Amino acid sequence: MTGEVTNIVVEALPQFEGYVFPNEASFHPVWSTLIVIYPYITGLVAGAFIMASLVRVFNVKALEPVYRLSMLTALAFLLCATLPLLCHLGHPERCYEIMTTPHMTSPMAIFGFVYAWYLMAVLLLELWFDYRQDFVKWSKTTSGFRGIIYRALTLGVTDVSEQSVRLDMKMEWILSIVGIPSAFLLHGYVGFIFGSIKANPWWGNVLMPIMFILSAIVSGIALCVFNYIVLTWIRRKTVDMRCLDTMAMFLFYALVVDAVVEGLDVVHRGYAAEEGFAVLQTMIREKLFYTLNIGQVGIGTLLPLLMLGSLQILRRRVPELVRRRMIFCSGAMILLGVLAMRWNVVMGGQFFSKSLRGVMSYKMEFAGQEGWLISAVIMCLPFIILTVLVKLFLSERLPTSGHVPQTSSTTQA
Amino acid sequence: MKTQFSRRSALAKLGGALAGVLTLSVARKAKAVVQKVFVSTTAPNGYDPTKHKWLMCIDDNKCIGCGLCVEACKRENGVPEGPYFRTWIERYIIPKPKPGSDQTRGEALVDSPNGGMHGFPEPPLPKDQIEHAFFVPKLCNLCENPPCVQACPVGATFRAPDGAVLIDPKYCIGCAFCVQACPYGSRFLSPVTKTAEKCTLCYHRITRGLKPACVEICPAEARIFGDLKNLPAADPLQKFYEKNRVQVLKPHLGTEPRVLYAGLDKEVR
Repeated sequence: MTGEVTNIVVEALPQFEGYVFPNEASFHPVWSTLIVIYPYITGLVAGAFIMASLVRVFNVKALEPVYRLSMLTALAFLLCATLPLLCHLGHPERCYEIMTTPHMTSPMAIFGFVYAWYLMAVLLLELWFDYRQDFVKWSKTTSGFRGIIYRALTLGVTDVSEQSVRLDMKMEWILSIVGIPSAFLLHGYVGFIFGSIKANPWWGNVLMPIMFILSAIVSGIALCVFNYIVLTWIRRKTVDMRCLDTMAMFLFYALVVDAVVEGLDVVHRGYAAEEGFAVLQTMIREKLFYTLNIGQVGIGTLLPLLMLGSLQILRRRVPELVRRRMIFCSGAMILLGVLAMRWNVVMGGQFFSKSLRGVMSYKMEFAGQEGWLISAVIMCLPFIILTVLVKLFLSERLPTSGHVPQTSSTTQA
Repeated sequence: MKTQFSRRSALAKLGGALAGVLTLSVARKAKAVVQKVFVSTTAPNGYDPTKHKWLMCIDDNKCIGCGLCVEACKRENGVPEGPYFRTWIERYIIPKPKPGSDQTRGEALVDSPNGGMHGFPEPPLPKDQIEHAFFVPKLCNLCENPPCVQACPVGATFRAPDGAVLIDPKYCIGCAFCVQACPYGSRFLSPVTKTAEKCTLCYHRITRGLKPACVEICPAEARIFGDLKNLPAADPLQKFYEKNRVQVLKPHLGTEPRVLYAGLDKEVR
């Protein structure tokens, strides 16, 4: 590759090496930090939802304590999922055009519909059916503003007879089943936005949607682990170790599958070594060295694999406190690793020229539309929303009705 | 409740169906009218895009790299200052292989300082070390299957029946998906309008019987442009594609460009 990069752009800015098309020689890539966090956030939504579905669809009873937390996590992040997209548009005031005159051959046009479907038809409905019984109960026992909220959220359906509760649970189960393919659709489609760009050898890849789905599941479970431990720590409660161990187990298996598919992608690229392979090699060796080799592979995959894997083997012999800390650390590292993966995909695809003769460097700005400040703010927003949601709907002071799962078969971890 | 079949209800249903069918055709007409009124191009009234088919050919052996086409394009279309180009020129310098090596040629050196607008500096190698050197004018490749049009989420960019790929600046939301989807680097996000921009073949000129600015100004006649549906017998375009074997850029992507090159080298992407 060194030979390839000896090409020159006279009078070019110092952040370019080799030859880049003149239109590519702008100060920053057209898609920057905002588009990095966009697939990150939607991935967390899809992953947290699938984590919750383990309870309802696959009846993993051990995970019952985190069911509502993961659903609320998914909701909080979904509410912010469109923000990065909106902020990066040149004309945000025209965004409604995506819904009013969608161009059906564009993967991006479908996002509005997938998003609306997922928010309205899956998440909100499932949450409502899950909470309705409690809303009725809470609206009777709580007064003031909170009481009004709970009363409004019952939507006037205050029937809590056994028959109606059974209907609630049946609906919830059906919605969960519809929700799993919807979650795959939501995030697989985000992968398709990148995978469908044949002009870019770093993106144009059939495995892209699959890698996005798998890494989404991994990051979603990791986020639930993180939120659960932080919440119990804030509330000074004890962690339900059976629940945490089960989450760690699912996290481990999801991570194994994810690592295998991402490895397959690397092997395939190396073996096929198509046009542009040389420039991709430079990317891995130089431009993305830290975020790819250290961030995504090391911190995001290998270390958590090692830690979670050893816990699977030595589970009972590791003291609870150590186990808890190891699981927490792996969750946090996976969250960082998946963020690094999104960075590598989105920015990596823009670090080399489509002439395949040159590479660009990128220095993140702080302020402005493309700065990282706005991305950081958008990244904090779901956590703020989640805090409010948890205060309202996971309050310790409010008794919840115990749920009886739909089917009698149980899968216990 | 009993369902009854009555003449009145049957007639009502029939009427409803008829109204539905009628609205469908009305809706179609309305859509066509809306398209005519709301899709803004720079063509004059009365221009019928179905009666033309534009083609751009480039005789690469003739380009002298003077950069006049780049400057003419920038001025004619008000292209912003800086790294924004609707057309540009690349210079390829292919050195002789190192003595004793088994290669046929050295590693190509490519540059395009400021899009080649002010010409090119002295080559970085002494003349006796250069095997080939040539210029390649680049522009929107007017693909038959344009990936940029496919990718646009709102349909702001479209392929006109006359072969030009255009953008409606009043409709573009500035998401830059088309910029990413174009394999040729022909699109950019304008810092002025915040929308995507690209070569329009000087649509405001060609629809009034003129040639694009770059073709008009080229002193070497390296750019040959014409209308395949209204081609005079001895048109240079006809002569060009009768005489030359032509090539397109990145044919493996299946975009089927309508910008044809004669005399390209394998290094050109």
